[in-house]
Amino acid sequence: MDCSAAARLNGSRKPLLLLAALVAALPLALPNNYTYEIAILVGLNAIACVGLNLLIGYAGQISLGHAGFFGLGAYGSAILAARYGWPALASMPAAVVGVGVLAWAIGRPILRLKGHALAMATLGFGIIVAIVLATEDRLTGGPDGMAVPPLAAFVSGEKAWYWIVAAALIAAVALAQNLIDSPRGRALRALHGSEVAAAALGIDAPRHKLSVFVISALFAAAAGALSAHYAGFITPGKASFLHSIELVTMVVFGGMASTLGAVAGAAVLTTLPHLLTVFKDYEMVLLGAVMMLTMIFMPRGLVPTLEGVLAAARGKPR
Amino acid sequence: MLTQYILSGITTGAIYALVALGFALIYNASHVINFAQGEFVMIGGMASAAFFDAGLPLPAAIVCSIGAATLVGLLLEKLAVEPAREASVVTLIIITIGASILLRGLATLVWDKKIHRVPAFSGEAPLQLGGATLLPQVLWVLGVSAAAVALLAWFFRRTLTGKAILAVSHNRMAARLMGISVRRVLAVSFALSAALGALAGVLIAPIAFTSWDVGVMLGLKGFAAAILGGLGSGAGAVLGGLALGLAEALGAGYLSSAYKDVFAFLIIIAALVFLPHGLLGRRAAERV
Repeated sequence: MDCSAAARLNGSRKPLLLLAALVAALPLALPNNYTYEIAILVGLNAIACVGLNLLIGYAGQISLGHAGFFGLGAYGSAILAARYGWPALASMPAAVVGVGVLAWAIGRPILRLKGHALAMATLGFGIIVAIVLATEDRLTGGPDGMAVPPLAAFVSGEKAWYWIVAAALIAAVALAQNLIDSPRGRALRALHGSEVAAAALGIDAPRHKLSVFVISALFAAAAGALSAHYAGFITPGKASFLHSIELVTMVVFGGMASTLGAVAGAAVLTTLPHLLTVFKDYEMVLLGAVMMLTMIFMPRGLVPTLEGVLAAARGKPR
Repeated sequence: MLTQYILSGITTGAIYALVALGFALIYNASHVINFAQGEFVMIGGMASAAFFDAGLPLPAAIVCSIGAATLVGLLLEKLAVEPAREASVVTLIIITIGASILLRGLATLVWDKKIHRVPAFSGEAPLQLGGATLLPQVLWVLGVSAAAVALLAWFFRRTLTGKAILAVSHNRMAARLMGISVRRVLAVSFALSAALGALAGVLIAPIAFTSWDVGVMLGLKGFAAAILGGLGSGAGAVLGGLALGLAEALGAGYLSSAYKDVFAFLIIIAALVFLPHGLLGRRAAERV
């Protein structure tokens, strides 16, 4: 953290404006429903990643189980709407709040863990959620998944959903940027540097870690609930370990501690598999190779590396 | 019934222990959690099935498949981990996850997406043991795993290379000053860990079959066992693996087989909350 950090702090509206402009202009470049669908999937993953980035990039705490929150948000809203007849506009907030309470309850004990132990505990939580969702088939439809009622009668079609997801993403980024620039955000960064040093400065480390964990879970649950009502169908795969890993990879790929990075990571890694389907059998090989090569040659992630290149080109010291 | 459950628990536990030892080895030498560890298990099983189907006698097929996995481990270290030495822990985790996806993809290209089987090492006729049935292959799993663990213990206590690995794991800078080649240590530990993983894959393939994606869950369970035992502790990895296998088998037998993995992970989370450094882990103080 040096003067460039201070500059970034002052310019914290910039990422938001940039993103808003991008999201508003994007439909001009989307030729058909299929591309709209990919854009919506990007947006949903991006919401979850912006939250996860607060936890990983700013507070320095790893979670390999965030797809569990994503899945619980999706299934919670789906079950309330499909099995108990709640309107989706009530079931979504209820599911998200429920996930928040759960995240608070499990975060209290497991956030005392550090590093690899925390990775293991969150990973275990995610797997438990995925297994429960696949096994309790009377409520969840089991491994085959379940149908989800639409958001509301008047919302249909990819274009309407694009604007809903876009609004949700802008709101998520605005919230995240606000948090980052608040005293709480600075406390989180202090924690990331050294928990002991932060505690010595009077920062209540456990409380801040828990609150950012809950916030990131709320983001993931909101993304999950939206994705369930958008797709009209969900399977336990949404809560799987692989999806957790995908989310973390998006955050790291885009660049940790950069909200735009989280969005960019979600955009690239959500779009890439769709582009790679052209290569059919080579899809997995190419995806793995891209992940490895970018992380080897750009260990700080996409957006911070590009920012560095831009700054160097303008001749500014970094 | 109890004997049967314990027997099957120890068998899977021995496999988890071998995978967990692989995690511990690489972690000690490089502080990398190698999420591609499960793919070594997959390569061991799939390659030996392929070599056997190609007409090689079983022992030769096994040796060749372990050799192939060792080579992949060396390549992984040289091409992916060494160039990224300065990267952060999370970045290294993503690199190894990328490697695991790549290896899985290669497996579907080199072989296929079908389920394969390796014949049991010495016949299929089950033995009777105090009311429990026992496949001869189970004896192979237990015997070979025990031998591998003993050999590894000897390697670390008695050979210069083993001691060099221990030295690097304690203090890389000091080890380098003593003239130990850290590069060589890294290469040896990746090769060894790949060989261990492949061995586990070959041993379990006659019982549990093998396919291109068996590495995911086995890798996770191995990681869980390594953490449960205390990351970086060899004895802890073995203990963690056995404990995990037993918990799963007993949970599946007495409570619910659909939820056996849930019990395993609940136990691990609870154990971590009360013993944050694992069963046999070092209690490290944080340097400020």
